[in-house]
This record gives sequence, C-alpha cells and structure tokens, in this order.
Amino acid sequence: MSNISKHLMWLAIAIFGAFSLGVVALSQGESINALWIVTAAVSIYLIAYRFYALYIAKNVMQLDGNRPTPAVRLNDGLDYVPTHKNVLFGHHFAAIAGAGPLVGPVLAAQMGYLPGLLWLLVGVVLAGAVQDFMVLFISVRRNGRSLGDMVKEEMGVVPGVIAMFGTFMIITILLAVLALIVVKALAESPWGTFTVAATIPIALFMGIYSRYIRPGRIAEISLIGFILLMLAIIYGGQVAADPNLAPLFTFDGKQLTLMLLTYGVVASVLPVWLLLAPRDYLSTFLKIGTIVGLAIGILFVAPDLKMPAVTKFVDGTGPVWSGSLFPFLFITIACGAVSGFHALISSGTTPKLLENELHAPLIGYGGMLMESFVAVMALVAASIIEPGIYFAMNSPAALIGTTPESAAAAISQWGFLLTPEMLQETARNVGETTIISRTGGAPTLAVGMAQIFASAIGGPGMMAFWYHFAILFEALFILTAVDAGTRVGRFMLQDLMGTVVPALKDTQSIAGNLLASVLCVSAWGYFLYQGVSDPLGGINTLWPLFGISNQMLAAIALTLCTVVLFKMKRQQYAWVTLVPTTWLLICTLTAGMEKIFHSNPKIGFLSNAERFQAALAQDQILAPAKSIAQMHQIVFNNYLNAGLAALFMLVLLSVVFYGIKQCRIALKSTQPTTHEAVGNLKSA
Amino acid sequence: MAGPVLEKLKALNGYFVQTAHLMVGVPSYQNYLDHMKATHGDDKPVMNYEEFFRERQAARFGEGATRISRCC
Repeated sequence: MSNISKHLMWLAIAIFGAFSLGVVALSQGESINALWIVTAAVSIYLIAYRFYALYIAKNVMQLDGNRPTPAVRLNDGLDYVPTHKNVLFGHHFAAIAGAGPLVGPVLAAQMGYLPGLLWLLVGVVLAGAVQDFMVLFISVRRNGRSLGDMVKEEMGVVPGVIAMFGTFMIITILLAVLALIVVKALAESPWGTFTVAATIPIALFMGIYSRYIRPGRIAEISLIGFILLMLAIIYGGQVAADPNLAPLFTFDGKQLTLMLLTYGVVASVLPVWLLLAPRDYLSTFLKIGTIVGLAIGILFVAPDLKMPAVTKFVDGTGPVWSGSLFPFLFITIACGAVSGFHALISSGTTPKLLENELHAPLIGYGGMLMESFVAVMALVAASIIEPGIYFAMNSPAALIGTTPESAAAAISQWGFLLTPEMLQETARNVGETTIISRTGGAPTLAVGMAQIFASAIGGPGMMAFWYHFAILFEALFILTAVDAGTRVGRFMLQDLMGTVVPALKDTQSIAGNLLASVLCVSAWGYFLYQGVSDPLGGINTLWPLFGISNQMLAAIALTLCTVVLFKMKRQQYAWVTLVPTTWLLICTLTAGMEKIFHSNPKIGFLSNAERFQAALAQDQILAPAKSIAQMHQIVFNNYLNAGLAALFMLVLLSVVFYGIKQCRIALKSTQPTTHEAVGNLKSA
Repeated sequence: MAGPVLEKLKALNGYFVQTAHLMVGVPSYQNYLDHMKATHGDDKPVMNYEEFFRERQAARFGEGATRISRCC
C-alpha cells in the first residue's frame, strides 16, 4: 500500500512538473509568473534525482554501502574526515557555486528565457550532474585522487600532461573573464568601487584579528566583517553623492584593469591568513546567504517575467553576444548546465570527506542540481527586468551609443519598448549615473536582484542599497577567485619552471614567487586588457572562449569516466557518459570552428583579423583603433584568440583519441583493468 | 517536553556551525581530537585549536596547494 502511494506521489510530481513546464513553454505573448519556472525546475530535479541518479548509483556504479571510503580508511582528522552527508553537501555546494552560473544565464537571456531554461534543465540532468557524480565516484574509489592524476593513471602520461596543460589555459581565460566582469561592473561607479575597495582593509583587519587577537574564531570575525561590509555599502552611497569624494573613486575600465593587475600580483604573494583567508570567509558566507535570500525572495515576491519566451535574436544577430542558438547558447550558459571545473572540485576535497559511498548521489548529482537551480534564479532575475533596460545594459556602446537618447532610439528600433526617461530613472533608482552598456552580466543581475529584494524589504528607496549589495556580492567572490586562482597558477608555473631552473621551484624565495606571480598575472591580464579595450564589450570575445574551454574540460572529464566504465567491463552502461561526451564534443568543436573560421567578423577571429588587415593595406584606421599600431595590435589579438581556440580543440581531440584507444584495449581484455584502491580497512 | 526539542535544536546548530566551518576549509576540531585519541592514544602530539586552525588554513590556500578549492 505504502509502495503504491509512493508511486502515486512521484506520478503527481511528474504531472505537476509537466504542467508547469507546459505553462512556461506555451504561454507565448502573455507574461507568466516566475513561480512556474521554479516549480517546473524543482519537479524535474526531483524526478531526475529519484530515478536517473539512483539508476546510475545502482546499476552503473553499483555503489556499495559496506565498502569503506577513503575518509574512513585514511581518517586523519584533517584531510580525510568522514563527514555527515548534509554537512558535506553544504561544503561541496559552496565550492562549486560561483560567478559562472550567475553570469551565463543572464547573457543567454538575450534569446528569451525559454531556450536558456530548457538547456539548464536538460543539460544538468543528462550532462552536468552526471559528470560531477561520476568524477566523485571514480575519485572516491581512488583515495580521492585529482582529475589530472586519474587521467594519467587510467589513460597514460601523455594525455595526463595534455589535460593539465589544458587546465592551466582554462584558468588563465577564466581569471581574465572574471576580472573583466568586475571591471565592467565598477567602471565609472564610485559607489561600487568604494565598496569593493573597502573590502581590502576590512579583510586585512579580519586577518590580523583571527591570527593574533582571537585566533580561529571564524563565526565571530565573519560577523564583524559582515557588519563592516554593510557599513561600507551605506557609506559608499554618501561617497558617490559627495562632489569632492566621488572623483577619487571614479575610474575608467583601463585604470581599473591596472589596479586589478597590481592587486593580483601583490595579493598572491601576501601570507594567506592576511588577505585571502578572511576574504574567503566573507565571500563564501555572503554567497551562500545571498543565494538563499534570492530563493526566498523569488518565492515571496513571485515576480512576473517581462522578457519574451523567445526573442528574435535566436537567429544569431543579438547585440549581447554573437552567434546562433546552436552552438553558442550552450557555450554561453556554461556552468549552470555543465561545468568542467566541477570535475576539479569533485576530485578535490569532497571525495576525501565522503562518509559512505551511498551518499555520493546526494553530494555529486544533488549538488549540481542545486547549482542549476542557482542558474535558473539568475535567469529569472534577468527576465523580470524590462527587456528594453536589459538590452540597454548589455549592448556595447558601438551599437547603441552612450547617451540615453541614442540607446533608447536603437533599442526601440529592435522592437523593445524603451524611453530615455526609463533609462535615467533606473539609473537614479540604483544610485548610478548611467546604466548604459554595463555589460558583463553582473550589473544586470544586480538590477534584477535589487528589484526582488527591494519588493521584499525596504521598497524602492532601498533599490540603490540592494543594487550595490549585489555588485559587492559578485565582486567579492570574483576577487577571491582571482587571488586564489593566481596562486594556483603560480604554483603550477613554478613547478613547470622548476624543471628548467631548479631555484625557481622554491616557493620560499620571494624573487621566484614574484616572478611567477607576475608571469601568471600577465597571462590573464593580457586577455583582460584586450577585453576592456574591445569596442564590442570584450564579453563577446572572452565569454565564448571561456565557455568553450570549460565545456571542453567537462568533455575531458567525461571521456575519463567512459574509459573507466569500459575498464570496469561495464561498457553496456557507457551510454550514460557517452551521450553527454558526444554532445559536448559536437558543441565545443562546432563553436571552436565557428570562432576561428566564421565569415562574420563579429564571430570569426580570422575574418575580423582580415578585416583590419585589409583596412591596414589601404592605410585606413577602423574603430576602436586610433593608430596604425593599435590596428596591428587588434590583428595580432585576433590571431592569438584563433590560435587559442585551435589549441583548446587540439587538447580535447588528443584526449579523446587516447580515450578511444584505451576503450578498445579494455574491450579486448577479459577482466576488469581499472586502478581502484584496495578497499581494506586501515590500509594506507 | 522541552528537553528533546532543545537537544534537537542544539544538534541542528552543531551541524550548521560544522557546515559553515567546512565551507572555508576547517573541519570539526572535536572530530580531530576524537580521532587522535582513538587512533594514536598519547604517542602522537595533538595540536591545540590555534595550531589546528593555522594548519588547515595553510592546507587550503598555502604553498604548493595546487588543488582548486572553489569554482568559477
């Protein structure tokens, strides 16, 4: 009887989810409530978890609750700690949630909310969550080894080195694009710049406090830091309103870029307790708190979506980013549906904390469903804004000009209602001088979040506070990622350089550290500067490169998972990883080819290079270049970007080549050939 | 009547604090103490909380930590 009622419950969830999705998909022309999107998403997550995740756990992985995990076998109270599953879920989710799932869906909203929503749901169920879950599983079976190590062990040294090199390149592009988002959000915004700058002295104070005054009191110092942050936001409003103080915190993109580069070098050689760790506390807790707050806010306010379900820009002519729905929508959404970076987290600290193999579906698959839900909320936040405002904020100045009049005229022509007064009023409400061409996703998300939060708490008078709260929330964890990422890049580089000049390997040497830091920062700084000076907003170039590289890492991780399934002699289940791998291969390789060879200079790097070269041949200067030297620079940058895209494709194809080879060898073998760690208790 | 509810709330708060700490890379200190006592008895030096906290901080971000602890 209880069995039947359980089935009835799942049937009810399925029907309710299908109905919600029907409302979302079929209500063309009339605005729908955001709650329909939320209920459709949650029903699909529940069904996918209950049926697909548990199918994978039972049949594909054959998880064994009696097999001691590395946390149990190698328990040392430090790295390997058996952890309660809900606690570990929180830890894992905090590690995978970041700027990616927030920015991608905002950018994707230019095609309407429906295409993005569908890919977020389908992608996470069949690709993203499967990847996180599978990588967690194979890492747990190998004492929590890292992705790079596992590729080396199961596929060979050469693909291992190729995969690690690819990871370094991805980190470089990632840091550049994250830094670009911060620059775009803070440019010409004294309020935002003051608040974000204030986080540095606040973090330094917190660092000293928790090192010397009251060591290790994380809750206490985080609370003090949080209060100081809120005061910084409030005082930032006064700074922006003060004619003497405001200019001190008003910078253009290039000035902010230089500051960010200096910050990157200095921060990455400071002791970790002084700046990085306290900033990590602030950004982690603020991130989780804001995500929870946003979820409650959407449920409580239940806003209507103003963005159409599908806009005319599905044909690829959109102003926010160029390229048609296939493959670029899938590249743009990135982390919320499938993120290769998660493979690094699922083979990082999480597998060393897993108490029981049977918890893996909740942590691996469930954690990623939660991430997808964050992305759905970001999509909602971008879609409740007036579409005209959305396009004014996300279109480059080259298309809509820099005045409210020119922007309103251009966007009205595209068929979205917008008046100069609407732009001015929105800017005034959020406490900024202008919101035109605030590309990069973060400011748009901040406006959407401010609308939701202000409807719940404080009303329109609090819009400006909530807008800058949202900007701070994003800038804070992006800066933490820039700091931590530069460090990781620096260590990788020092390791690499150390093979040539052993002295440079010494991480105690200040000269060696500084050199590696400068090199690492220059690498991402170059792409950042290129993005900041790009008339099409930079996001147009860098975000697809990031999306392609991130999805390629996912394809590499899934290739590894496929190889492991073949080696376990479970090839009859390999479709679970082969289907998403194939899709990612098709998507990323098509996108890569189009970014290199497409005849439209807005999409193809080579045709853009040729356009500038043709102008150079006739001694013409094309905007944004102001001199012949800048013209040459643009040509060079486009060739460089084309080369980078080609390199990513080469990395992926070679790993896939080795993957196929390993699968064929495994097929010939009559018994399993994996390198699983022995499951005996207490064997190190 | 209030007893079990209070106990439950305490346990819940314990999990909450533990989760928050683990999010920034600091696992349960009590668990570390229990582990040291159960496995090594008195023959291995046990770090006090301050040392434990510093050790974990260095392990999360410090020299040579090429593992990525957060995502984009």
